Amino acid sequence: MPDSQYQARIPIYPRAVKGRFRNLKWGVLALAYGVYFLLPWLRWEREHAANQAVLFDIPGRRFYLFDLLVHPQDIFWLAALLIILALLLFMVTGIAGRVFCGYFCFQTLWTDVFMLIERWLQGDRAARMRLAEQGGPRATALKGATHGLWLLVAFATGLTFTLYWANAPDLVVAFFTGQAAFAAYATTGFLTVTTYLLAGLLREQVCTYMCPYARFQSVMFDKDTLIVSYDADRGEGAQGRSRPVRGLRTRDEREVKGVGDCIDCGYCVQVCPVGIDIRDGLQYQCIHCALCVDACDTVMDGMKWPRGLVRYTSENALEGRRTRYFKPKTLGYAAPLVLITVLLVWGIAHQTPLDASVSQVRQPLFVQLSDGSIQNSYEIRVHNKAQHPVVLELRLTGLDGAELDTGRIDQLSLMPEQRTTLLARVRYDVPAGAPRQQGVAFELVPVEPEGMDVVRVESQFILR
Amino acid sequence: MSESGQKPEDRPGQGVPTTGHTWDDDLREYDNPLPRWWLWGFYATVVFSLIYWLLYPAWPVADTFTKGLSTITFEVDGEERSTHWNSRALLVRDMQTSDSAVRQREFLQVIDDSTLDEVLGDTNKLAFVNSYGRGMFGDFCAACHQTGGAGLMGVYPNLADDNWHWGGDVETIAQTISHGRLGFMPDYRDTLDEQQRDAVAAYVLSLAGYEGDAEKIARGGEIYQGHEGGCHACHRPDGTGLRSQGAPDLTNDIWQNIDVRGAEDDAARRALISQLVYEGVRQEMPAFGDRLSDAEIKVLATYVHQFGGGQ
Repeated sequence: MPDSQYQARIPIYPRAVKGRFRNLKWGVLALAYGVYFLLPWLRWEREHAANQAVLFDIPGRRFYLFDLLVHPQDIFWLAALLIILALLLFMVTGIAGRVFCGYFCFQTLWTDVFMLIERWLQGDRAARMRLAEQGGPRATALKGATHGLWLLVAFATGLTFTLYWANAPDLVVAFFTGQAAFAAYATTGFLTVTTYLLAGLLREQVCTYMCPYARFQSVMFDKDTLIVSYDADRGEGAQGRSRPVRGLRTRDEREVKGVGDCIDCGYCVQVCPVGIDIRDGLQYQCIHCALCVDACDTVMDGMKWPRGLVRYTSENALEGRRTRYFKPKTLGYAAPLVLITVLLVWGIAHQTPLDASVSQVRQPLFVQLSDGSIQNSYEIRVHNKAQHPVVLELRLTGLDGAELDTGRIDQLSLMPEQRTTLLARVRYDVPAGAPRQQGVAFELVPVEPEGMDVVRVESQFILR
Repeated sequence: MSESGQKPEDRPGQGVPTTGHTWDDDLREYDNPLPRWWLWGFYATVVFSLIYWLLYPAWPVADTFTKGLSTITFEVDGEERSTHWNSRALLVRDMQTSDSAVRQREFLQVIDDSTLDEVLGDTNKLAFVNSYGRGMFGDFCAACHQTGGAGLMGVYPNLADDNWHWGGDVETIAQTISHGRLGFMPDYRDTLDEQQRDAVAAYVLSLAGYEGDAEKIARGGEIYQGHEGGCHACHRPDGTGLRSQGAPDLTNDIWQNIDVRGAEDDAARRALISQLVYEGVRQEMPAFGDRLSDAEIKVLATYVHQFGGGQ
């Protein structure tokens, strides 16, 4: 039984390691940080909007992504994107384990940077443990400096996030002169605090206790999933692991005695950011960062023994069977993934510069006029999604002899990004024997600039 | 898993404590301590609640409740008033001082400063009129005239057709809204007998383009144009009606008080008209001039005009 109902965090002092996967992680980190911190500063010439390559303009209700403009009605793109990301995540996890967690997750990336700062100021594992144990003014000063730097990075993170929602240069100036909107300060403050808390103080506990994704990984795993595994057959042999003491220094000697290749140096445990021992098998805390693979490879290289005692492999491969990558499960993820990707690309490619919708006024559905004709009213909503002004004329087709009445509005002129609503009435002298309902279509004919496509919207005319 | 088959508490290097409960021979309940930060998180929610109770209405006490320290200030008839935080006051304040409210007031001023021609010829102004007008129409008019102005046959005028007793141009509609209307036609219960009323009915139906018994129509015409009925005084000799009296045009067949088109046959139409002539008409529309500003009435009138029957 534990002494208390509650347990303080057991501190983890991950040790530095060099190797393939560490380099890959540094690469991903550099790329992610580069994109995240520099993207708001990338300029992009626009005639009628901010010259920022990526800008999420909430008050203006549109998102600018380079040459793409996203409007609220394009929410389906976001849905498609989220579906794509989810499917991709499931597929990759099914094939290669928690790749997302190990290499791409913000928590992992930011924790990595925070650990780097820690190591840079306080030294590696042993030095940090000494500092923590001894305490004293030097330790306090170093700890203070570490937390100060963490807060600085957290603040940079929060501010950068905020820059995506407004014109970056203006916002930075406004921010530091106290002129920015409350939302900017609130967002920056909130993200500063959360970044500092999650990457600085909570770290692996986020993955272990808070993250829902971590908890349903196992659903996606199967015997073909590549996981970071300890090759127990090779490492333990018949008699278990042993340090390379006298008489157990070469593989031949060890083989004779039935001892495995693991020399029990503990390096793989020391580098682990979540503080587990990979040799106990797959555990839910493991984020597949593969640093233990690098650690063990380093040790095996030193022993001049083959690498791969801890490696990315599947349960099937460990048991001597073939790992199958192409199977119904993978294809089942891949097929909808490809389909939705095609749909998304198609949808973005077929964006129209004019958006129009017609809704018939339903109360009353039709009106009898004094001259015997029937009148229907329509609400026509037009949105100019182009980056230049347009002038439109409204026409009616599909109902011979019907007369379109837009009052004194002859032409609609719309500035870029302007939307408007027009009430129009259609009067029709009903011939005898006409059906109860007939289709009509409204055509928005661009007068200026020339060469734009006519937008046609179908509706119906109710006669009685 | 290489560890399968081992009991959790027996795993090497992982003395996981269990409560000792066992189900189905091998299911055990772990007894791991809760992480301490989790407890702190709980305390944080407690602190949050305490602050919330201090700031906002929270606890019922007998027949009242704790009001909280947070206040909302808004204007009532030009006077500032503060109350404890509540969502109704928040709404009132937002309707007065939020960005949208300010923008709306500004645009209403723009409409007020524009001539009718400017409003009717400008898509942006019209779009504002339509959206603001729809809300106001729902608040003040739709209870009788129905959403969209379809009205109710015989009770509330249809505003979407082009049959106007008092006139359908924007100015007249604005006047109707601000001063109200009293539609009145005297009853003829003591003046005309049933046959006379039937003849008059036949005559006015002929004005509206319906066939009928020629002799009866002629008799009805005499009553209509003569002293007996005197209908021509308001409805005019040709039946087109005096707008100044709110007298309807009888030459069309989309009357407000009688469903001419919907009636079964001529006899039924004549019966309806005869009944109306017998009873007379008295209909009132209340005045909104003291409830709505001139700008609002202008918006409403323009909006109503756009239902499609505007002249």
